[in-house]
Amino acid sequence: MSKPKFKNPVVNWIDYRLPIFTFMNHELNEYPTPKNLNYFWNFGSLAGITLVTMIITGIVLSMNYTAHVDYAFDSVERIMRDVNHGWLLRYIHMNGASFFFIVVYIHIFRGLYYGSYKAPREILWILGVLILLLMMATAFMGYVLPWGQMSFWGATVITNLFSAIPLVGESIVTWLWGGFSVDNPTLNRFFSLHFVLPFVIVGVVILHLVALHRFGSNNPIGIDVKGKQDTVPFHPYYTIKDLFGLSVFTTIFAAAVFFFPNFMGHPDNYIPADPMVTPAHIVPEWYFLPFYAILRAIPDKLGGVLFMFGAIMVLFVLPWLDKSSVRSSQFRPLYKLFFWILVIDCIALGYLGAKPAEGIYVILSRIATAYYFFHFLIILPLLPRIESTRPLPVSISTPIITASSNASTVMAMREKK
Amino acid sequence: MTKKNTPEDQNKRDFLQVSTYALGAVGAASFVWPLIDQMNPAADTLALASTEVDLEALEEGQSITVKWRGKPVFIRHRTKEEISSAKDQLLDGLRDPQTDDERVQNDKYIVLVGVCTHLGCVPLGQKSGDVKGEYGGWFCPCHGSHYDHSGRIRKGPAPTNLEVPKYSFLSDTLIKIG
Amino acid sequence: MKFLKFLVIIIFSINFFLFGRVFAAGSKIEYPEKNWSFSTIFGSFDKASAQRGFQVYKEVCAGCHGMRLVSYRNLAALGYNQDELKAIAAQFEINDGPNDEGEMFTRPGRPSDKFLSPYPNDQAARAANGGAYPPDLSLIIKARPNGANYLHALLRGYEEAPNNIKVPEGMYYNKYYSGNLIAMPQPLYEDGVEYLDGTKASKDQMATDVTTFLAWASEPELEERKQLGVTVILFLIVFSILSYFSMRQIWAPIKNKN
Repeated sequence: MSKPKFKNPVVNWIDYRLPIFTFMNHELNEYPTPKNLNYFWNFGSLAGITLVTMIITGIVLSMNYTAHVDYAFDSVERIMRDVNHGWLLRYIHMNGASFFFIVVYIHIFRGLYYGSYKAPREILWILGVLILLLMMATAFMGYVLPWGQMSFWGATVITNLFSAIPLVGESIVTWLWGGFSVDNPTLNRFFSLHFVLPFVIVGVVILHLVALHRFGSNNPIGIDVKGKQDTVPFHPYYTIKDLFGLSVFTTIFAAAVFFFPNFMGHPDNYIPADPMVTPAHIVPEWYFLPFYAILRAIPDKLGGVLFMFGAIMVLFVLPWLDKSSVRSSQFRPLYKLFFWILVIDCIALGYLGAKPAEGIYVILSRIATAYYFFHFLIILPLLPRIESTRPLPVSISTPIITASSNASTVMAMREKK
Repeated sequence: MTKKNTPEDQNKRDFLQVSTYALGAVGAASFVWPLIDQMNPAADTLALASTEVDLEALEEGQSITVKWRGKPVFIRHRTKEEISSAKDQLLDGLRDPQTDDERVQNDKYIVLVGVCTHLGCVPLGQKSGDVKGEYGGWFCPCHGSHYDHSGRIRKGPAPTNLEVPKYSFLSDTLIKIG
Repeated sequence: MKFLKFLVIIIFSINFFLFGRVFAAGSKIEYPEKNWSFSTIFGSFDKASAQRGFQVYKEVCAGCHGMRLVSYRNLAALGYNQDELKAIAAQFEINDGPNDEGEMFTRPGRPSDKFLSPYPNDQAARAANGGAYPPDLSLIIKARPNGANYLHALLRGYEEAPNNIKVPEGMYYNKYYSGNLIAMPQPLYEDGVEYLDGTKASKDQMATDVTTFLAWASEPELEERKQLGVTVILFLIVFSILSYFSMRQIWAPIKNKN
């Protein structure tokens, strides 16, 4: 060691042997970040903090929960009524799931809008989609644990999706259930998986961060960082911005937890599971509704399942569907238009997923489903051929200049290369 | 950047940022409390913290064991000899000096938490065939602690006498523990 | 301000999404809305009303409906003292055991006991009610959409059936019940109970009181939750403001350069 890096000699001693402080200093303190990030870039750190909150509250809830069909419902009610602060922990966990999806969906649409999935961030994006898939599995199994009517029937319907697989479908469903219906073995394995999957998510999140720090954050303009003048150190600039974002987010979250804790839930889940009676109108949690709408839009069992999973699979190959070299929508007028149509389409799918599958809603669901795939499979690949993108600025720190002069600068830049 | 600021600006800046971080720390710390407190006994556990026992059928020289807060409680209807042996014991040389009167409400009945004060095993001596130790009361087989007719430690590693739970006589033969 | 614009977009789109779902799940029957004291931001339960409601539950509902998640000790939250709780609990014969002879026995209730259920199991409950299961009431307000208004309306919704509707044997006409045919006979009649505090036991009064009582039973944490909520949110607003200005201060040199 030529020169001690840290003032504290103990820190120095440890760091020489285990360079954890150098690592943290490099990745969380000095880490150069584009200086023009807007508030939509808060949602990455918010998602991370929400994940940690979910894990912490989940661990303490598991200390009071009993995974058995005869006791699960009552043990949750015991948490609500008798365990010290149990109601608070459970409502945080329950609403936290919804807020986790709100945050992650905004995070994903931000990525879509600013082209964050494009080279060289393809693997970063793919890891993100993987996190979404794991989150969905975890959320689904978590919803089963209180063993209310919606838990039970949600589990029944979703596991039955696998029966659509030809030949082995029925065997797979029996294997998933550990019996001939959703029952105690199912509840036990779902509890086990619901406990362990979040830690798998943490693992993928770490990879997500490693991939992120390889090239750094994308930014609203979507052009690469050209040098030091374009960046600021992560700390204190983005730590304080993330802290502010976190405080606003937590305020909204607290409003839900303390004043509308059951707003995003379903009343039927306060009725203990009854394998003999299906509730009149079963809907999944709101964050699954767009996918549920796609499932129901296809008039074929296997087809519905394939399209539903296809809706996520298509995100995996997104970096190769959209070949435009311009990242940010700010410079892609047509893409921007289609982006907003996609947003409306997804909201429409969510709305339709909650409607009964009859009459006009079926037709609308089909149109919305068709458009969803049309957007990714047809519009995105074709768009670069017909779209004339607006000229890009030279760098993040260069003030936006008029279009004509800008165009010439860009030309000049290109010639230099 | 900071060099251009006057010291006053610097102070104002420090105050604002330090109070932000301090408040953040307070918020995070108060979130930790529910996480810890949930491990304390819940309301239903606390509500079950008393047990009533009818001693009507307990004859002289017999013992019963009842469960209270998940632990065994020894209740013994002592014989005259046991009572006088417990009363006559001098306090000199006792490890945890207590008179028998301090340990019973009614001389006939001794009520003890049946958990050895050494490391928490349940001592023998409730059943007639049990080893009762050198002082005729209770004997802990784990590490060899001997207790007398008043549940006082007389020999072995246990530091204190067997605990007397909080209890009261609701009638001559009905007691409420806890 | 850029941030406000951003916040409005986010909140608006979330609301759009969520309210869409609520409308979608809403039922066709409209219940009269009542201003419940527990529905407001600083909401609390009307203790006197809840105590009367407990009396209605005990004398009218408890014949068929259990409340297996609630204990007698919980009634302390309605303002009963320890002696009153013991007296209330002791009115009920609770099954316990096995005793030393291996026999089950009954004993007077203790505050730590759960409410005594009218039937030993679901099958017995069905058998005694012509096949219709009288649901447990511990969570009934949370387990029905718009629970308090629904129950309050349902209890007062018994009417003569219109001529075009045939009411089968063992069913009753209720204008607020989904499908209008309910297996529960009208439970509340004028002066159906004699209130201990002398309040006139009108049908509406009893429906209001028992709804208040059941709302408390569904959400016994409500008062504590809302009080803590106000504190937490005030704290977070102060923290948001502080962190906002800290952020402005830290970013000032960067912003000024542009």
